[in-house]
Amino acid sequence: MILHQIEALAAAGVTDIVLAVNYRPEIMEKYLKEYEEQFGINITISIESEPLGTAGPLKLAEEVLRKDNTPFFVLNSDVTCEYPFTDLAAFHKSHGDEGTIVVTKVEEPSKYGVIVHKPNHASRIDRFVEKPVQFVGNRINAGIYILNTSVLDRIELRPTSIEQETFPNMVKDGQLHSFDLEGFWMDVGQPKDFLTGTCLYLSSLSKKGSKLLTPSTEPFVYGGNVLIDPSARIGKNCRIGPNVTIGPDVVVGDGVRLQRCVLMAGSKVKDHAWIKSTIVGWNSIVGRWARLENVTVLGDDVTISDEIYVNGGSILPHKTIKSNIDVPAIIM
Amino acid sequence: MSLQISHRGKSNGMSGGGTKAVILVGGASRGTRFRPLSLDVPKPLFDVAGHPIIWHCLTAINKVPSIHEVHLIGYYEESVFRDFIKDSSVEFPNLSIKYLREYQALGTAGGLYHFRDAILKGRPEHIFVLNSDVCCSFPLNEMLKLSQEKDAEAVILGTRVSEDAASNFGCIVSDSHTRRVLHYVEKPESYISNLINCGVYLFATDAIFPSIRSAIKRRADRPRLGSYRSSENLSSSFIFDDDDENQKNEVIRLEQDILGDMADSKQFFVYETKDFWRQIKTAGSAIPANALYLLKAWQERSPELVPASANIIPPVYIHPTAQVHPTAKLGPNVSVGPRAVIGAGARVKESIVLEDAEIKHDACVLYSIIGWSSRVGAWARVEGTPTPVTSHNTSIIKNGVKVQAITILGKECAVADEIRVQNCVCLPFKELKRDVANEVIM
Repeated sequence: MILHQIEALAAAGVTDIVLAVNYRPEIMEKYLKEYEEQFGINITISIESEPLGTAGPLKLAEEVLRKDNTPFFVLNSDVTCEYPFTDLAAFHKSHGDEGTIVVTKVEEPSKYGVIVHKPNHASRIDRFVEKPVQFVGNRINAGIYILNTSVLDRIELRPTSIEQETFPNMVKDGQLHSFDLEGFWMDVGQPKDFLTGTCLYLSSLSKKGSKLLTPSTEPFVYGGNVLIDPSARIGKNCRIGPNVTIGPDVVVGDGVRLQRCVLMAGSKVKDHAWIKSTIVGWNSIVGRWARLENVTVLGDDVTISDEIYVNGGSILPHKTIKSNIDVPAIIM
Repeated sequence: MSLQISHRGKSNGMSGGGTKAVILVGGASRGTRFRPLSLDVPKPLFDVAGHPIIWHCLTAINKVPSIHEVHLIGYYEESVFRDFIKDSSVEFPNLSIKYLREYQALGTAGGLYHFRDAILKGRPEHIFVLNSDVCCSFPLNEMLKLSQEKDAEAVILGTRVSEDAASNFGCIVSDSHTRRVLHYVEKPESYISNLINCGVYLFATDAIFPSIRSAIKRRADRPRLGSYRSSENLSSSFIFDDDDENQKNEVIRLEQDILGDMADSKQFFVYETKDFWRQIKTAGSAIPANALYLLKAWQERSPELVPASANIIPPVYIHPTAQVHPTAKLGPNVSVGPRAVIGAGARVKESIVLEDAEIKHDACVLYSIIGWSSRVGAWARVEGTPTPVTSHNTSIIKNGVKVQAITILGKECAVADEIRVQNCVCLPFKELKRDVANEVIM
């Protein structure tokens, strides 16, 4: 997912990227090295030793962000959409104020924080209304911003929220604008949403006729929207799709049925397994004739034994599952 | 009709000396708990480990050299057993097999008494009586040996069960040294013994018929009360439901009306088997019975079973006319019936696949019975739940609800591709196009 973001940022002329993380960067490092070379960018990893909220990490990365005086993008990693970075930067430049928030229109704004514009102004933000009971608008924060470096002066190095503190502060000074997002947007922080987001992304690739998708002429592709890393191996008599993503070094056995699922790097699905609406974590193994469905999520290095059924199980890393999980449960 | 019975001589040289066997097969109004499978085949003829349930009884009877004659007693129509008897006469040339039809249900003892002339023809000294709905190793020769050693008038086959389970069965109190039966109670309310009645008996003919006759006489003198036990209840497969038939004087049951008295007055002994024993009561109980008979055949190195290989985990029985793809994995404890088809990469474990059924590629069938001509689609999963080997119960509690452990598809059911069916009983001719669990599909 982060690759999509890096790719889109590089295409918009970004030269330095900071990843603000607070857990296991080692699993990412190998991939990041490849991306740096591939896209000709510098990637810095900034690790919070204690959680700093959504604004604090920006202050932590101040040195990189202030390299030159150009604006910087901020992205929440669990948001997926068709990233509009070039247009966003142009718009931001045109209004000349300190910050721009990407907004998306939603059907049910009452579940989110809604943005209200200044009267008679198309983009300048007047205020935020958290979970409105009455209709005040349907534009919500999409979790993507472009900010001038001067915004860093508004942030202190402590746990602090960009949405709760920094933005209202900027709004008061009339320094924050909104930018409407075209195309799909999805917060994929939850596994269920991650799967839906993946489907949306694959559909958008397919709409664009992307070469990344595995062509439907492959005998195992069923219903399209299938993205398979070239290093993955697929067995005989499989039926794969629609909406399947298969990562690097994945091994899929014979007679496997996959739909609406993501197989992370290094995972292995053995012969005759059946997987739907499931995320198979890195280096996990799914046994022969196993059946996984209903938003099952396997963490890193999970093993599902042969013939096991898992219904909506969230399986923590390094677990081995030897008996059926009939009802959704978290297995620790 | 009078019954001429001479005093039993210690030496039996002058009597007929032979042994006969009676298999109690029941009737169509019985075996309702074996639905939906009994809707299409009478329970005694249902295939377990590749053969009808009563074939396993006949096989055991055939190993007793002194038996040449077998009577099936029940109240199915005559035609029901015709083909089975014809086939068995070829397979067991030493046995003469006849079906004796009761025109009304007479009870297990009443049926014996009704057909006493046929049974006593040739003056057999002993008769074995086997309930057809039990699955065990039928150690008949051992029972006969004990009978001779003890000069017994009756020998009952007993087995030990857990104390909790015991009150679901007939309970036997015996002298551990002499093995004499001291007391017998059918389904006691309180704990009496964990040695239970297996539903297999050996009677001296000159003891059993007088016992039944005196029970009938008692019944006539004291209708309804007679020798009924206080604890009598309705859940035995050996007894009749408490309907009007029950009140008729002719309904006399071995378990309720005879065995208790025999314990008081006769030379009554118990042979305790250490081998497997199960009742075949509900349809789901065919799965443990299948497993036990297959294991027995495997231990006896039966040539009928498939040898072990990468994709065969013994014991597995495959009918010669069935087609199993070489990449399908079968076993343990699987029986595949005539003309059944099992596709590439399918998995079948602890299951019975009946005649003409089809399991498509990559499907998975666990702890289930796939009915005659039923179809299981590609990547479908039909699944039951294993029950503990020591359990005599075929239902389990899931989310506080009692459901059948074994999934059963009746005749000509169809499970669509990729569909999952778990802990369901599916009546004949149903099509399953959505995932189902813990349901009876009617």
